[in-house]
Amino acid sequence: MAKNPKITDAEKDPNVSTLSDLPDEIPNEMPHQTAFLNRHQILERSPTLLLVTSLVVVAIGGLVEIVPLFYLENTIEKVEGVRPYSPLELAGRDIYIREGCYACHSQMIRPMRDEVERYGHYSLAAESMYDHPFQWGSKRTGPDLARVGGKYSDAWHLDHFIDPQSVVPESIMPGYAFLLDSYVNPGHIADLVRTHRIVGVPYTQEMIDVAAADVMAQADPDTDSYDDLLERYPGAQIRNFDGRPGVSEMDALIAYMQMLGTTVDFSTFTPDASR
Amino acid sequence: MSSKDKKDVDDVTGIDTTGHSWDGIKELNNPLPRWWLWTFYITIIWGIGYTIAYPAWPLINSATSGLLGYSTRGEVAQEIARFEEANADIMAELAVADLETLDQNPELMRFASSAGAAVFRNNCSQCHGSGAAGAVGYPNLLDDDWLWGGDFENIAYTIRHGIRNEEDWDARYSEMTAFDDILSNEEIDAVVQHVLAISGQSHDAALALAGSEIYLDNCAACHGDEGLGNRDLGAPNLANNLWLYGGDPATLEQTIRYSRFGVMPPWGTRLTEAEIRAVTAYVHQLGGGE
Repeated sequence: MAKNPKITDAEKDPNVSTLSDLPDEIPNEMPHQTAFLNRHQILERSPTLLLVTSLVVVAIGGLVEIVPLFYLENTIEKVEGVRPYSPLELAGRDIYIREGCYACHSQMIRPMRDEVERYGHYSLAAESMYDHPFQWGSKRTGPDLARVGGKYSDAWHLDHFIDPQSVVPESIMPGYAFLLDSYVNPGHIADLVRTHRIVGVPYTQEMIDVAAADVMAQADPDTDSYDDLLERYPGAQIRNFDGRPGVSEMDALIAYMQMLGTTVDFSTFTPDASR
Repeated sequence: MSSKDKKDVDDVTGIDTTGHSWDGIKELNNPLPRWWLWTFYITIIWGIGYTIAYPAWPLINSATSGLLGYSTRGEVAQEIARFEEANADIMAELAVADLETLDQNPELMRFASSAGAAVFRNNCSQCHGSGAAGAVGYPNLLDDDWLWGGDFENIAYTIRHGIRNEEDWDARYSEMTAFDDILSNEEIDAVVQHVLAISGQSHDAALALAGSEIYLDNCAACHGDEGLGNRDLGAPNLANNLWLYGGDPATLEQTIRYSRFGVMPPWGTRLTEAEIRAVTAYVHQLGGGE
């Protein structure tokens, strides 16, 4: 390309900066300042130190919010009646989690008039103290289930799980008919109960020992251990939930549904207004 | 250089610079806008005031309760009390009202139907449908075909105690026999034809005639000789071609073989007296009330 004489050489053009114009020392560092408010420069110049101190600052916020929940006496108020889940209910709860029911259903009635009018008494912390993890949920595509226990018959739950639209035509819930075909494996129940004991649920050794038998017994109203089961898990409902032989996952899930929110004895409970 | 000792002033604008220099470019140290700065200070003061006025700081045994004495529970209790108070008079009137003559009191009737509709939508619609048209196995409440009776008293009793549940000892109860082990396959076929005949559907006349004998021996005690049902036992009318589970031969055979056992939970423990009366009035006025 021929050189255009009208364009001066960049090196000689006073309006163009080139590398040769730069001073020997490039002052692109922050100036050294010693005033107290400028000490943050120490943190800003060391990525590791900045990371560690940010973590400390965020942790203080977290600690102030979380730690008191573990020692304040009124975090979980004392109520009568809340008991650990029976083995069958616990198995049903596992199915509830496995099928992702929590994605559409919450288990948390908030203290607001419209919720209390629709779902019943607002949820208490004690009601989920044996939940690991809790099932409060975060979104209601379907209704809240915190107090669904006893609201519908077993047959309704069965019909509804098999084909939700057969009883609620406007529902968008998927069907769970396959739960009838898979059976609860009693061999795993003792491990399940033991695991919950490890994370703090007060199951006794006896409860773990007979868990496999209890899971079968709760779905059989004619069982010999009817009274023992009720003694271990007061208020447990003992019947053939799906009306078919064998303890299917459907039995377990309906047993779980039918006990939700039913354990607290509200006749002996006065809500403490200061929380 | 130290900002304390020597201000580095930009020649062009006359404003201090931060003293930082990148490739000769310096950053002006303009002051924050006053309005922004003061808003910032006010939010800090507001924040402190808020934690004093409302429950906030965790202490040894509990958190500070706040000077205003606010609590979410207190608020919801207050809110509920406000509505209960507003409705107290009419609820009290409804709780003792004679439902038979309710329609003579238009104001109370209007209140009862809309309160009843709300109770129905929340508690009953899952089985009986949002329009009360029922579903297979769950009775339609719009028609005049009642299993246990459709006058005010019977509707209220059914709602209060439910049907065939285990929670309420006063629940309506009856149990149809499962004839699978009792009748032979031919006999069951014959009874199916007889039921098709009395309900006015197409049937095999010869088989139906044979079935009528078996029907009289086994079914008539509850369903009546003519198949008109018996409300004392919740035995459905078989002659009106209105079906709870279905009136086709296959479903009838299923019903006869394995029986049916529809359950309704008791609502007396969940609903107040006024709510039960309201939903009774609502169901009664849907079309089939007697």
